[in-house]
Amino acid sequence: MAETYYCPHDLPRFGEMGKERPELWAKFLDYYNAVFADGALTAREKALIALGVAHAVQCPYCIDAYTQASLQNGADREQMTEAVHVACAIRGGASLVHGVQMRNVAEKVGM
Amino acid sequence: MRSLPLLSLQARGHELASPAAQLRALARTGTPSFDEVLERHGRPPLEARAIEVLQVNVGKLCNQTCAHCHVDAGPDRREVMSRETAEQVVELLRRHPEILTLDLTGGAPELNAQFRHLVDEASALGRHVIDRCNLSVLLLPSQRDLVGFLRDRRVEITASLPSFRAAGTDAQRGDGVFAKSREALRLLNEAGYGRGEGLVLNLVHNPVGAFLPGDQSSLERDYRRELQLRHGIVFDRLYTITNMPISRFLEHVERTGNLHRYMELLVSAFNPRAADGVMCRTYLSVGWDGTLYDCDFNQMLEMPTNHGAPQTLSALLAAGRALPRRVVTDRHCFGCTAGAGSSCGGAVAE
Repeated sequence: MAETYYCPHDLPRFGEMGKERPELWAKFLDYYNAVFADGALTAREKALIALGVAHAVQCPYCIDAYTQASLQNGADREQMTEAVHVACAIRGGASLVHGVQMRNVAEKVGM
Repeated sequence: MRSLPLLSLQARGHELASPAAQLRALARTGTPSFDEVLERHGRPPLEARAIEVLQVNVGKLCNQTCAHCHVDAGPDRREVMSRETAEQVVELLRRHPEILTLDLTGGAPELNAQFRHLVDEASALGRHVIDRCNLSVLLLPSQRDLVGFLRDRRVEITASLPSFRAAGTDAQRGDGVFAKSREALRLLNEAGYGRGEGLVLNLVHNPVGAFLPGDQSSLERDYRRELQLRHGIVFDRLYTITNMPISRFLEHVERTGNLHRYMELLVSAFNPRAADGVMCRTYLSVGWDGTLYDCDFNQMLEMPTNHGAPQTLSALLAAGRALPRRVVTDRHCFGCTAGAGSSCGGAVAE
């Protein structure tokens, strides 16, 4: 067993997830590749969204991969930092908006 | 972002100013032989089948010192083409009407005293002329009439702009270069360039770091929208060009501990279809002193044409032909065959 749960060398081994159920892996890859193909959004814009989401879900593999993808597709550090702040704002806002639920409960049972 | 002007490797007395040292550094990475990898993919050694483009590097003098420059060009460089050699270039074009395009590069080719003579003579011979322009040269006091000169001769301009934003462009090309590039692009647009009316203005994107360029058509969409929206600038095509692991970019990836990873990236992304379309198959490269090369990268590594082909303009003019010609290769060639491939005309296997 690895001494840490996360290891950079595991990222290129992602494809091993196709070994047991290759048909599911193939469906996932088809979908994944279609999602990231140039469409109404450019590859750079999609990479920046992915980078923000990677931070929101706190996946170190995705952060590594989409930092490089953002750079490769022409984004710079200022744009990437803004993407991380968007993730941060939504995560923070998501916590804060649940405060309304707190207020609802407190108003119902409190005095 | 760097704040001090970068000096050429030669001016710094850096070991990697030597082409032999560069080839040794690439060999130390354990990168396989390019020809072996070609063979592994069932491809014969690269062979030039035609000379459609004569790419002439008129010298290493430049008003910029970009961090990724494969020429190690800069204001301190003194290698420049003489009138005698320029006349040999013109004579070659005169004798070989099958060479349709004269592609002028440097350094900043416009700073060479022979530049305008070459443009005039090639234009008079009916050849298409490309100027590989760093944009900022158009703003120099000595070059105030350059835009008009290029426009009047309908010279195609291929201009470097690694990013449509200042941070990326300045990080690669020097502080303030984006602002100068933007001003120069406006001058070109005002002169009619990039408007789809025959005055062709193409932009070149090089990655700002040790990775491959993104998808050319997608990047072109971003460039087109952002430059138009934010700066009112228009252009014709965007070319993506991979950074070649030689000269100043080699020094950069070595200094930053990225050399092995970058070479592994280039080799792992080897694309046989890109190898089928590499520019050395249809280009001939001429050095400032009249030496012949298979491409501008080989020129900077001082690897002239070989395998029995003429090695100088004088020898070619005497021999009359340089085809078919087996291309001289080394490990840097993986830079042109990775991913979608890379050439002076952008991706080759889109």
